[in-house]
Amino acid sequence: MLDDFMLRAALGAIGLALACAPLGCFVVWRRMAYYGDATAHAALLGVALSLALALPLFPAVIVVALAMAAVVAGLAGRQSVDTMLGVLSHGALAAGMVAVSFVQGVRTDLSAYLFGDILSVSALDLGLIWGGAGLVAALIAWRWSALLLSTLSPEMAVADGIRPRTEQWVLNIALALVVAAGIRIVGALLVSAMLIIPAAAARPLARSPEAMVAATALIGSAAGVLGLGAAFRLDTPTGPTIVCAAVAIFAAVTTLGLTVRRRPA
Amino acid sequence: MRRMPGCRVTGGGAPLVTLAGVSVALGGQSILSGIDLSIRRGEIVTVVGPNGSGKTTLMRTIIGAVAPTAGRITRAPGLRLSYVPQRLAIDPTMPMTLARFMNLPRRRDAAVVAAALERAGLAGLQARPLAALSGGQMQRALLARALLNDPDLLILDEGTAGLDQPGIASFYERIEQVNRDTGCAVLMVSHDLQVVMRASDHVICLNGHICCEGTPETVSLSPAYLGLFGGAGGALALYRHHHTHSHDDGQPCAGHTHEDAA
Repeated sequence: MLDDFMLRAALGAIGLALACAPLGCFVVWRRMAYYGDATAHAALLGVALSLALALPLFPAVIVVALAMAAVVAGLAGRQSVDTMLGVLSHGALAAGMVAVSFVQGVRTDLSAYLFGDILSVSALDLGLIWGGAGLVAALIAWRWSALLLSTLSPEMAVADGIRPRTEQWVLNIALALVVAAGIRIVGALLVSAMLIIPAAAARPLARSPEAMVAATALIGSAAGVLGLGAAFRLDTPTGPTIVCAAVAIFAAVTTLGLTVRRRPA
Repeated sequence: MRRMPGCRVTGGGAPLVTLAGVSVALGGQSILSGIDLSIRRGEIVTVVGPNGSGKTTLMRTIIGAVAPTAGRITRAPGLRLSYVPQRLAIDPTMPMTLARFMNLPRRRDAAVVAAALERAGLAGLQARPLAALSGGQMQRALLARALLNDPDLLILDEGTAGLDQPGIASFYERIEQVNRDTGCAVLMVSHDLQVVMRASDHVICLNGHICCEGTPETVSLSPAYLGLFGGAGGALALYRHHHTHSHDDGQPCAGHTHEDAA
């Protein structure tokens, strides 16, 4: 059954949407959008490392993404977070591309890591993606209340015996997992799009944090399947088409929300 | 008289929190230095100080969100503290109903939450999104959630920011009532000097270090305090005098000066 590449691609896209849903909501709530970018870009350095040293891709990407998180945490408070992430994000992206170019024979494949190649997803990749999604879901479900309170007010969380910095690392680890899972599907440049856009689209539809995660998972999955179908029919690059489908859903929900709100009650 | 369940009014004894020579530096910059203070059970302590004087950092240090770079903080064993922030770091991006918020981080009995909301004048608003609460409702909600913990020490950071004058008055009335009913100590940061006069047992005037402290009367007459607050201090002095004695001839009182008359 998993022989059909379209089926594997659809399962991969849905797995990524599920992995992105809980984390994407926190990325939106905590205004970490740029942070997601920086982690995803750092993943390209992980790709270079894995190619150069013949290491498996998944752990290499995770290690580099976590190293990025550690650097960000270490530099916190020295510069504005925005500026610092800008430096690290673009620095990591550029360094990753330069590093990849040193590895023989990979130059032509670079776009597969920048934009993903969902149609070549293997059964093993699927296992990693769904395993990653399960791990992220378990991690966030375990820390759910503490994460919500730390997001609302770190001081309130501390007063309740929660350590916001530890909770931040829960998110960092989840982010590294998602980036590693997503780099094969939508690529390093667009993986953070799958974090932010479905969550942003889900916001007007939800009245509780849990409902927002569920709506995000649904919208992300729909975008994955719709984008995959559109890319197949229109012969367009798959990863970007999936992101376009997510943006289309976001636009539809937002427009609908505006019209509903404008109508007198 | 109603008492909150579990709030103990033992009185006296060892302080709830003691700071000894506490200094805090953030990003290499000294924010607080040499802070000595202690908060006793049932006491209302107010910290006043100009912007950038380290008031919020002091609160965060006492909570444990910031580690002191020097000195020692001692908390009574098993101390339960609750924190009421100036505002939540959320905006419309997180959907959160009032009931869900009251259940963070621990789930609570629905009847307990309903009773707490009723006391806060928020009865029946369980399903209301936080983003749809008014400033005053939000403040009361934050306080109601903080009180669910049956705290020994309630810490309020600029609890009245964004409230209008009647809102401020009723907010502090509520604080005083909680203090009376439950005996929990209150530590608050305030810009509102009239409130300092009315409610506090002890006032600490902060500007990176403790400039002066004591009863509201002592502090309001202290030269360090008047120097720090300038016109505002004068206004406070004037305010006091309206309520203690009159100045028919506009002559300054002996012993201190009226800044506003200068």
